[in-house]
Amino acid sequence: MRALLMLAGLCLCAAACGSPGSQGASGKHVVDIAGSTSVMPFTEKLAEHFMLEQPTFVINVQSGGSTAGIQACINKTVEIGMSSRELKPDEEKLDEITICLDGIAMVVHPENPVANLTLCQIQDIFSGTLKNWKDLGWVDRQIDAVTREEGSGTRGAFEELVMGGREIDDGIMVQDSNGSVKEVVATDPYAIGYVSLGMIDKRVSAVTIDGVRPVAEAIKNKQYKIVRPFLYLTNGTPGGDTRAFIDYVLSKDGQMLLKKEGLIPVYEF
Amino acid sequence: MSSKTAVLKERIIKQVLTVFAFSSILFLFLIFAFILVEGLPLFYKAGVNSIIFGMKWAPTKGFFGIFPMIVSSFLVTFGALIIGAPLGLGCAVYLAEYAGKRQKMFLKPALELLAGIPSVVYGFLGVLYIVPFIRNFVGGSGFSLLATSIVLGVMILPTVISISYDALMSVPRSYREGALAMGSTKWQTTWRVVIPSGKSGILASCILGMGRAVGETMAVIMVAGNALKIPGSVLDPLRTLTSNIALELSYASGDHRMGLFSTGVVLLSIIMVLNYFANVVIRRKVIK
Repeated sequence: MRALLMLAGLCLCAAACGSPGSQGASGKHVVDIAGSTSVMPFTEKLAEHFMLEQPTFVINVQSGGSTAGIQACINKTVEIGMSSRELKPDEEKLDEITICLDGIAMVVHPENPVANLTLCQIQDIFSGTLKNWKDLGWVDRQIDAVTREEGSGTRGAFEELVMGGREIDDGIMVQDSNGSVKEVVATDPYAIGYVSLGMIDKRVSAVTIDGVRPVAEAIKNKQYKIVRPFLYLTNGTPGGDTRAFIDYVLSKDGQMLLKKEGLIPVYEF
Repeated sequence: MSSKTAVLKERIIKQVLTVFAFSSILFLFLIFAFILVEGLPLFYKAGVNSIIFGMKWAPTKGFFGIFPMIVSSFLVTFGALIIGAPLGLGCAVYLAEYAGKRQKMFLKPALELLAGIPSVVYGFLGVLYIVPFIRNFVGGSGFSLLATSIVLGVMILPTVISISYDALMSVPRSYREGALAMGSTKWQTTWRVVIPSGKSGILASCILGMGRAVGETMAVIMVAGNALKIPGSVLDPLRTLTSNIALELSYASGDHRMGLFSTGVVLLSIIMVLNYFANVVIRRKVIK
């Protein structure tokens, strides 16, 4: 009984201690951000660092997808919208700021001798018409292609930049994160998948696409085409608080943080 | 302490315990309510047929067909039964009829431990050993119906064994004595008398095992490959209802999210039907 009471006391105490922090928010500089699920984790990280340096700021980051973020920005429910795709014509009244670029690389097992694929071959593989490694000049063995789940930003970008309107076949395997796609490709010699460029290490090898290697250099000089921008959108010129956060993201600290996460910064310092 | 306060204390304790007991029903009710509120609107919007019998799942493009997943869920469940039921029944028969005290002392805790292993560990072992084994020695990518059935087959063992064991142990001692007195061997007694008498309990253990297999998520995501097609062979990847929800929930919004709740509605119905059958089977035994 006594133990129960103590537990209840502790809970009350924790609740009481927890509340002042959130109450104090009204007197602080608040910036609301919403949008792309691909950009969100990086924005959260940036916000964390920013709030450490500027304790008076409160940055609220929410996901919801690029489209939802753009809409929220148009309706002025958030200060910054995040998008991992380019704006459509009717959305172009928003100001866009590219915070970094993200390349998507096609990866295979290191033992796989196929080093180059054309965009068309990749389309054939993922639309289910090209099913055997023999057709790509390797062994007579089924291709174990892996895609991402419906709704994923990386899948969205892949469909747009690579598939060009063709549908990904229902028989293709699905994994739910960059990490698990990489895990499948790293363990299955006959697998092929696509991951964010930042995920690549010795356990998987990235193929060249139409002869172009997916590296930061090729992305910067626009030779490598499977690249999507991570955008921040504002409705009109951003106000002081919003400006301060965007300045931080584009500063050396912010850009280095993004580079460390495997993204391609837009500014070099 | 006067007797009056003691009585009062007793009453308060009873009230509090009653509230605790009924809170479980409250939670069940709340879960039902939430899943139905979130999932049912889509059934009106897209139509029951196009969800339950639709072949195409592309929620961001307006297709919500989960038929392949319903089929896949049943396929892995039966696959798990094919592997888990004979093994589990064999183990239960050994425990109930043949094992001595010392073997039981060793086996029972081992089974409890097997039940306590988190499903992600089963999935991890499946990815590390079963999937590569199938890829190297049987064929395909390894992420398959076969791998999933094996992993689930092992996972339902504790359920199948413990309930079948209880069923066999509840067969009266006089049945065995009678059979042995008639001159039948130990195996004849077990096979002809004990197992048939415990039949309904054994059946219930299999149904509850099926419930466990249908509901399993984490291990399945890891070894099933999650492709959206109905598998053409045991070596093809597949996606179950549970893994569909877990795979896509983090990115889903709007109709997509509702589609996942609709998947939950179908899953809930399947599990309710299975539990109902298990209860019917068990009750029939009690009435006899």
